[in-house]
Amino acid sequence: MTSSARSTSHWLLHYGLLAFYVAFALFPLYWLLKVSVTPNDLLYSEGIRLWPSRSSLAHYTFVLAHSDFPLFFKNSVIVSGSTAVLVTLIAALSGYAMSRFDFRGKMWLVGLMLITQMFPLVMLVAPIFKLFSPLGLTNSLTGLVIVYTAFNVPFATFLMQSFFDGIPKDLEEAAMIDGASRFRAFRQIILPLTLPGVAATLGFVFTAAWSELLFALMLVSKADASTFPVGLLGFVSKFSVDFGQMMAAGVLALIPACLFFLLIQRYLVQGLTAGAVKG
Amino acid sequence: MSTMPLYEEAAPRRPAPLRRLALGLEPYLYIAPSVILIATIMLVPLIVGLSYAFRDMQLINPFSGGFIGLEHFRALWTDAAFWLSMKNTLVWTFASVALQFAFGLVLALLLNSPFPGRGIVQALVFLPWAVPTFLSGLNWAWLFNPVVGPLPHWMAALGILPAPENILSDPSVAIWGPIIANVWWGIPFFAITLLAALQSIPQDIYEAASIDGAGAWRRFTDITLPFLAPTIAIAVLLRTVWIANFADLIIVMTNGGPADQTQIVSSYIFTQAFRRLDFGYASAIAMVLLVLLLAYSFVIILLRQSLLRR
Repeated sequence: MTSSARSTSHWLLHYGLLAFYVAFALFPLYWLLKVSVTPNDLLYSEGIRLWPSRSSLAHYTFVLAHSDFPLFFKNSVIVSGSTAVLVTLIAALSGYAMSRFDFRGKMWLVGLMLITQMFPLVMLVAPIFKLFSPLGLTNSLTGLVIVYTAFNVPFATFLMQSFFDGIPKDLEEAAMIDGASRFRAFRQIILPLTLPGVAATLGFVFTAAWSELLFALMLVSKADASTFPVGLLGFVSKFSVDFGQMMAAGVLALIPACLFFLLIQRYLVQGLTAGAVKG
Repeated sequence: MSTMPLYEEAAPRRPAPLRRLALGLEPYLYIAPSVILIATIMLVPLIVGLSYAFRDMQLINPFSGGFIGLEHFRALWTDAAFWLSMKNTLVWTFASVALQFAFGLVLALLLNSPFPGRGIVQALVFLPWAVPTFLSGLNWAWLFNPVVGPLPHWMAALGILPAPENILSDPSVAIWGPIIANVWWGIPFFAITLLAALQSIPQDIYEAASIDGAGAWRRFTDITLPFLAPTIAIAVLLRTVWIANFADLIIVMTNGGPADQTQIVSSYIFTQAFRRLDFGYASAIAMVLLVLLLAYSFVIILLRQSLLRR
């Protein structure tokens, strides 16, 4: 009796805390959505109502039909997607090396990668602009992909390393005794076990590239190579305080990030390693 | 041994120097793409950027570019706005990291054991992580705006604020606006990282400890925390440094105002570089920030090494 009462209160606390987290996480996004469907004439008079008395999709129609947002959207998908794939490939290799090999200069590599996490990236804006300009990498999506890939590799390497560290060395050692090369053992045995890590890395990098504003602003001045944040900022300054349209564009910017996130989130915490060791 | 003619078995025994060379080179092949990319896109521009700190470097002035020695650093020493931004950076970084970590750890522990509906709850609470940072900033600035946002009215009703006013325009509390936005956005980072680490702890250890009579709290302090320690150390190190450099939310929400009360060092660098186009002065400030962050990280690395050795 007491034990079941204790377990009931335990679960009440558990779900209560989780409900708080869910409400905190969702409320701002709910508000974004609410403002985006509020007609302009109600925006200020019904400012703090939880849902407007009348809703409309007029802001969305305007943004989709009379703005460059569809183009910005496409540019951002290309840049973020390419960056995520490139970074994950490169970081899987270097993260594996950091996890499994003891090599000369390893401490230097760790130091180098930590330093890149430390210096304010704003320092790099002018030098990178000067480096990229003669190469034709300004006003180009390729230029952005190169910059974002370099910026994200160090963190992704540490992330992948921590996932590789969680996988016993016996697994690929067994495969290598059976005659596989290390690279083949890495690809066919270790990498599939690190799928949660790969998914986490893809997600982190995609989100980071999708949000980046500073270098996108500096390196791209033409609309046809603008990413979504640059487009939204231009929109804010052009239409000053049209918050309804701004938030409608904001909701659109959320869609791919959220879709990608929902796709990968179930891989984030799958206990594949535990299963592999036990089985 | 000679009864085992398999090539694969025999190969590692061959003393061929070429093979030893290939084995020695192997780790470098794995790290080569990362190293080349980091060196050309980050290291070279960093060194060029550092040289700007000692030069009169203004983007709009074609006659600038000459070396001026320590002139920028002398100006920095007497710059009150810089010292204020140093203080604000400490408040901003410490409050953001501490709150993100505390809420993230609790969330990770809540999500660690299976319960009905875990998948959907997990998807919902991690969602802020997918929200682009500049959009989070706009979103929270909107929520704090008493004309259209609900928060000032709620806070006034609860007695936290004397009247429904925008905390972002009150110099004494404005910095908490970006901090709250930052905590909201950053909790999932810690929760995901810690949850992944929690899931890699072998369950047998818990089972054995339970059999030996260890209670929930004992299992947490004696098994969970030691296993999490290296992950916590590296996550906190990377996040602290990252947040100290993270100016987006402040730029979007307050632009450093009112009266520089929310200006952190990195947003001050941004202001110098992009408003005044003074890359020389901006680089000098950045160099000071870099030295401070390096010193901090050195301490954390030592801490992590000692934790790993235990």
